[in-house]
Amino acid sequence: MTDSALRELYQEVILDHSRHPRHYGALDGASHKAEGYNPLCGDRVTVYLKLGDDNRVADIKFEGKGCAISQASASMMTDMLKGRTAAEADRLMKGFLHLVKGEDASDLPEDDRERLEVMGGISEFPMRVKCATLAWHTYRNAVEEGAT
Amino acid sequence: MTAPLLNQKAKISASFDAEAARADFAILSRQVYGKKLVYLDSGASAQKPRVVLDTMRDFAQSEYANVHRGVHFLSAAATDRYEAARRTVQKFLNAAREDEIVFTKGGTEAINLVSYSYLSPLIQPGDEIVLTVMEHHSNIVPWHFLRERQGAVLKWVDVRDDGSLDIEALDAAITAKTKLVAVTHMSNVLGTITPLKEIVARAHAKGVPVLADGCQGAVHETVDVQALDIDFYAITGHKLYGPTGIGALYAKRAHLKAMRPFNGGGEMIREVMKDRITYADAPARFEAGTPPIIETVGLATALDYLMALDRKAAAAHEHDLLTYAREQVKQFNWLRVIGDAPGKGAILSFEAEGMHAHDLATILDREGVAVRAGHHCAQVLMERFGVTSTSRASFALYNIRADVDALISGLHKARGILT
Repeated sequence: MTDSALRELYQEVILDHSRHPRHYGALDGASHKAEGYNPLCGDRVTVYLKLGDDNRVADIKFEGKGCAISQASASMMTDMLKGRTAAEADRLMKGFLHLVKGEDASDLPEDDRERLEVMGGISEFPMRVKCATLAWHTYRNAVEEGAT
Repeated sequence: MTAPLLNQKAKISASFDAEAARADFAILSRQVYGKKLVYLDSGASAQKPRVVLDTMRDFAQSEYANVHRGVHFLSAAATDRYEAARRTVQKFLNAAREDEIVFTKGGTEAINLVSYSYLSPLIQPGDEIVLTVMEHHSNIVPWHFLRERQGAVLKWVDVRDDGSLDIEALDAAITAKTKLVAVTHMSNVLGTITPLKEIVARAHAKGVPVLADGCQGAVHETVDVQALDIDFYAITGHKLYGPTGIGALYAKRAHLKAMRPFNGGGEMIREVMKDRITYADAPARFEAGTPPIIETVGLATALDYLMALDRKAAAAHEHDLLTYAREQVKQFNWLRVIGDAPGKGAILSFEAEGMHAHDLATILDREGVAVRAGHHCAQVLMERFGVTSTSRASFALYNIRADVDALISGLHKARGILT
């Protein structure tokens, strides 16, 4: 049982994202930017955004350093947020936060839920939830307070 | 000369019975996630022997009241125990006088007390405080306060690549402007043990006092503040197999007499009027408010427990574990040990290629192996070695070689999952 929880946490999709992060690097001409930092473990994530009309995520990139969970989560987030309207992004984030805490995430659209469910294993590891949520909170900060 | 020394060493090792010591620590027999607990995080906080927990409960049930206040029976009994604990700390550090021991809530408060009460009134803009890059944040931040608020200059002494301290570099950093040298006795990350006696001699030659952060050092080394001739030495109870919330500062009597009060409140005064106040003598002057009385009794019990052991043999046992672990990890060409100073204490910090310390610690945890992962409150040191975090196994007197074996097999497993 111990092993299966670990295998689920560190499944191939997550390790692949952490080793080969998508949308990695600084974003030229970003309209918004924020830096997230977890002082407990030193994980760092910088999220760059180009927001279009009504805060639609026209483009998104990130840079960071940290554990497999924090980097994989940031990479998956950029994949999923790109092209979303503000309302869609908001719903996605809320659903994600529910999912990693082991709470009901049924209000997520089905295909989103299926993609995010690979991060669901983190709910078995409460000490690591902050690693998974760092990028999302940083995205939120960038939208709200990060206009460049 | 070599042969007799080796024999003697072998004898010393044989005189410490780790299995017997383990029996004193009830928590070591528990399981986590269905696996045997392997506790390798005593550097963060040590487990408590049964005698400490029993003594605290017995004291609370039979002799507890507030100290230094009432005239009644229990208050007198509790005051006796509290002051006896001070003498136990005095003996543990071999201080000349019991009133050179100030109880604090831990090592952090002890160092903050020196910063606020001793050094702050002496600091003029441009005055220097000499530190090493391997200090714990608790021996950095109190000095940063003096930099921010009073214009003190922090002078950082580097360590060599193996983590050892270059005494000449430290000596060179001490100038006519230096007001204090603040240095760890043992690095909580590297395990490096600093040559305190030599440091004190060099600093005193230039008229500069020395503070040692002994939170790790006092656990593994036998401390003699008189032989060291050190000015300040800070300890914390919970790393010494005692309770949390209690620690102590040793300070030379002459310093204590000159130091301004720290916290204000009951216990630390002589007389309080509407328009004037006089203060109690040290150590009471620095112990405002009701102290953690039960914890103080617990600390004394822990120190008695340690002093009843053959401490040299216990240290040799811990060192054997470190040597064994160091040999074992050589098989991993993806693992870099950080801190290999000669004569270092029983701490093994490392970085593993392709595995972040937190991922590694999570996998080890599921094997029952508790290690620390992170920056260990030593970000200046992390920067020095170009890392953001490390994994750390710290060995205590109750660890055994089987604990190292569990760590090694956990490392194999983590490698399999993460890479």
